[in-house]
Amino acid sequence: MPEPPPAPIPWQTARVVAIRPETARAKTFRLALTGPSRHRAGQHYIVRLTAPDGYTASRSYSVASAPDGSPEFELTVERLDDGEVSTFLHDVVVPGDELEVRGPIGGWFVWDAETPALLVGGGSGVVPLMAMLRLARATQRGALVRMVVSVRSPGDLYYADELPGPETAVVYTRRAPDATPRPVGRLTAEDLTGAGPIRSDVTAYVCGSSGFADHAGDLLVELGLPAERIRVERFGPSGSAS
Amino acid sequence: MAFVSRGFRGRRAADADPARVPPGQYVTRDFPVLSAGPTPHTSLELWDFSIIGELDEPRGWSWEEFRALPSEEITRDIHCVTKWSKLDTVWQGVSVDTLLAGIETSAEYVTQYSDGGYTTNLPLEDITGGKAWVVFAYGGQPLAPEHGGPARMLVPHHYFWKSAKWVRGLRLQSTDEPGFWETNGYHNHGDPWLEQRYQGD
Repeated sequence: MPEPPPAPIPWQTARVVAIRPETARAKTFRLALTGPSRHRAGQHYIVRLTAPDGYTASRSYSVASAPDGSPEFELTVERLDDGEVSTFLHDVVVPGDELEVRGPIGGWFVWDAETPALLVGGGSGVVPLMAMLRLARATQRGALVRMVVSVRSPGDLYYADELPGPETAVVYTRRAPDATPRPVGRLTAEDLTGAGPIRSDVTAYVCGSSGFADHAGDLLVELGLPAERIRVERFGPSGSAS
Repeated sequence: MAFVSRGFRGRRAADADPARVPPGQYVTRDFPVLSAGPTPHTSLELWDFSIIGELDEPRGWSWEEFRALPSEEITRDIHCVTKWSKLDTVWQGVSVDTLLAGIETSAEYVTQYSDGGYTTNLPLEDITGGKAWVVFAYGGQPLAPEHGGPARMLVPHHYFWKSAKWVRGLRLQSTDEPGFWETNGYHNHGDPWLEQRYQGD
């Protein structure tokens, strides 16, 4: 007997309760549902915009906040100059507005703070990993996590006040703050291993542009991590015609 | 009154034929990349393609043998569940009909399987009859690893996760076996015109 089909994930109306800048190009939108969000760290929501004539545009955005059972959750959105939805969210939306959302979505790139995790984020790819870091810290499981974030320059770092800690490291590829011991440059295997070897029981979560994800995935494979324990989420165009 | 986003008018793509864009999709000229794990790098010397499962004798081709099969140029629109559609993509590949020619099977389902462990499932009838290909070139160039090279499936009438990257074979099955995304919250069939995105849609 086939199982009865699950119910579709419904569209809900969420109220924007706060907006704060993360960088010059990224904002965090705190949204409130009428019931609990029920997301897992790493999942995303779809945001749908509807014009008066019924035209719609929708995009997926990762949740940045830890699951806490509350109706509120946060999406961090990078403003893409040609982005139909991100420009609207950045330039038009104000607290008090309502947005249609659908989710949470995703059953693969998720972490429930039960097993060791190596979180590797490039640029705005840090967003779903931040939900994982926040979950680890909120549940006193920081020892399960190591997080490495790669950004071009200090001005590109999301969550700059909150990120630093014994379990996190920031890698600058173009320009670093004064007195940073590591020379600027692309993410290396040493950046990923940090003080010691990679735990044999770790699962890696890699999120970033396609080029970053390929590079980080290759490094993890070279470090001996089995491919099935490397979970990847990519965004953006490939940057080449093929 | 239906929901309206305050102040939103939208940027309609003036040059895209709306009849070619499934509901909820937008047209992009980029070619975004999606995958669940690291990109495999299988050398062509080690690559082969197999038909296994419910058939009398499994079939297999080395890369040289596969490339010696008749191939064709395919121009199709593709649709990703993450909402982008890309029109008039041009591929070169071998029809699944060619690969299955002469095979007698009672199988009604097929699982595509790939380097890296990815799988995706469909009814067999959804990849036969000129509806699916194993492609090795995109835009006149060898298929890049990030887009599934050396070879990937092309099943353009389904959401693109039903077109497995780094494909290494087809397993013919008498029963339907949900694949990777299909067991991770996504729809079992994935028809973009019916918006079959997630389980329950």
